[in-house]
This record gives sequence, structure tokens and C-alpha cells, in this order.
Amino acid sequence: MIEVDARGLSCPIPVVKTRKAISDNPNQPITVLVESEVSRENVTRLAQGQGYNISVESGDDGFRLILIPRHDISDQD
Amino acid sequence: VDYFTPIVDDPYDFGRIAAANALSDVYAMGGRPVTVMNIVCFPSKTMDISVLREILRGGLDKINEAGATLVGGHSVDDPELKYGLSVTGVIHPDDVIHNSGSKPGDQLILTKALGTGIINTAIKSGMADETSIVTVTEQMAQLNHTASEIMRDTGVHACTDVTGFGLLGHACEMIHAGEVGMEFDHTTIPLLPRAVEFAQSGLVPGGTYRNRDFRAGKVDFSDSVPAWAPDVLFDPQTSGGLLMAVLPEKAEGMITLLREAGYPQASVIGRVIDKPEGRVRII
Repeated sequence: MIEVDARGLSCPIPVVKTRKAISDNPNQPITVLVESEVSRENVTRLAQGQGYNISVESGDDGFRLILIPRHDISDQD
Repeated sequence: VDYFTPIVDDPYDFGRIAAANALSDVYAMGGRPVTVMNIVCFPSKTMDISVLREILRGGLDKINEAGATLVGGHSVDDPELKYGLSVTGVIHPDDVIHNSGSKPGDQLILTKALGTGIINTAIKSGMADETSIVTVTEQMAQLNHTASEIMRDTGVHACTDVTGFGLLGHACEMIHAGEVGMEFDHTTIPLLPRAVEFAQSGLVPGGTYRNRDFRAGKVDFSDSVPAWAPDVLFDPQTSGGLLMAVLPEKAEGMITLLREAGYPQASVIGRVIDKPEGRVRII
């Protein structure tokens, strides 16, 4: 899976990196590692707006966000 | 006193914004700034002195516009650039406008649009377009001078300037005594262009979340309020507008005066309510 490691970076850099990963890899699941709650919230907002479901695991060094593209209706056509 | 690190790239604009921001506290009390001193932290070994000259020129333009006199200042060598002012103003003790004292039935007027924290984060991320940058820069550089004059002439019950705690954080301070509450209509609150869009893209400054968590127990959002509203209403403002509690019969005239005076975003955004006291409600 594509992984964005944004640990040690403060916002808005994790959002910028996630945004780039989304545009480089459309409709693919992406893992994003962030350290702070602010980054977790902001990456979640971005991903929701871009049509992903998000699950969050918290660990010792921050959060692992797994972004799964929502079922795309156009795929059925 | 207020000073901070650059929030826009242009040094002249940064100087204007930092000065307007620092002068605002005096305006929020209904006072008149008289003397100011520059506060400068500048990396003289790594940055060209012309940058500092432009910052100070921007600051001085705002000081002159305020009718205040620059009487000195202090500078230190610092790896991180910072600029701001210490401001001394005057007002008759009987005429001081406090942030408390609003009465049930008062209309709440805000003189500038919200969203400077979000747009500044968008600028940092490289996602802001030129129009957004110019709009937020001009709003932040605008003095609360004339708004304060209109406030003094009209007469208000209470006033604060909306800065780091965001609209709702400052609203909570205004009702701190617990005698009244406030109700804001989210549809009437002026917002900077693209602020909602940028917030939904995750360009929310860390201060917003701290403001929200700190005041979560005092603020109620009704179900009809969209999910982006807390991000904007708790957004920390740089050189934000005045939030005033004014008798309802004065509100319309005041809005007209403010808009004619160059605050096109000035709007009635809510009202003071008697119950529930000590709480802020967003509808």
C-alpha cells in the first residue's frame, strides 16, 4: 500500500503530502502516518472531502490513518 | 503589546498587518492610540536589511493612519523574524468599553469576515490563489480605527476584538460573568472567500482545535449547523474585527455607517439572550 510518512512534520505539510499522494494515486488505498492530533484531524478532513473512508489506529508515536476510496459508482458503468 | 512571525510573504504587507493587529486592543476599548514603539526581532546575518526597512515602512504607514506617534522601539538579533508594536492609548475612565456588559436583546455586530487563520494556513501550504491572498491581506491590514469611532459615537454595551481565541472563544469571554448567553446564526456570519473550502481540505490551524476543545463545554451547535462551522467559528483571527453588543434599535444604522466607512462585511450575526445564561448557541 502507498504510505505517506508525515511524522515529525507540522501542518499544513502532512495535508500537502497526503494531497499529493491522492492525486498521484487516484482510487487507491493510502496509509498516512502523523504525529499530532491536529494532523490527524486535518488529514481526515481532506480525505473525507476527497471521497475516502478513514480508519485510525493510534500508537506510541502518533496515528496511522488508513484511507480507503469509497465505492465509486462510475466503476459499475 | 503584540508581535508575531510573518504570515504573508511581502514584508511591507507583514508590517502593515502586524501594526494593525497590535493597535486593535486600544480600539476595542474605544480608546485612541497615542504613542507606539516598534518591537523587532531580525536575523541580521542571514536576511537583507531591506526586508526590515519594508516591514518598518508598512508599520509606519499604519501608525500614521492611526494618528499615533512612533517614539522608539527595541530590536534584537534573532534567527526567527518577528515584528509588532507596543501601543499606548488614552480614554476617559468613564468611557472605557469592556468586553462584559452586554444585555439580553442586544444585537451582535461583527465588522470583519472570519477565516484569516484558515487562509493563512492555505497560503503556507501553497494552495491559496492570488485573489484569496490579496483579500485576506487587505482585511488584516485594515485598522479597526473607524469602526471604533463609530462604536463610540453610537454607544454600545460591550465590545471585544476577535483575535486568537476565534469568534466563539471571544464570545465566551464576553459572557464570562454568566448573566447572559449568546446566540449566533451561522448563515449571517461573514466569511472570507474559500475559507469553508480550505477548512474542508484540512487546512485548519492547530489553534482552532485548541480553541474548540477549551470551550467545548460552553458552546452548543444545533443539528442544522454544518460540520465545517466549528472550524470557521473557532478559527484564530489575526487583526480580526470588532464584536459589539448594541441595542437592537441602533444596529441597522450602525451597519450602514460601518459599511459606508469601508467595512463591507459588517453584519449582525447574532443576539444576546437571557437563557441559557453563560452559554453560546449556534443555529
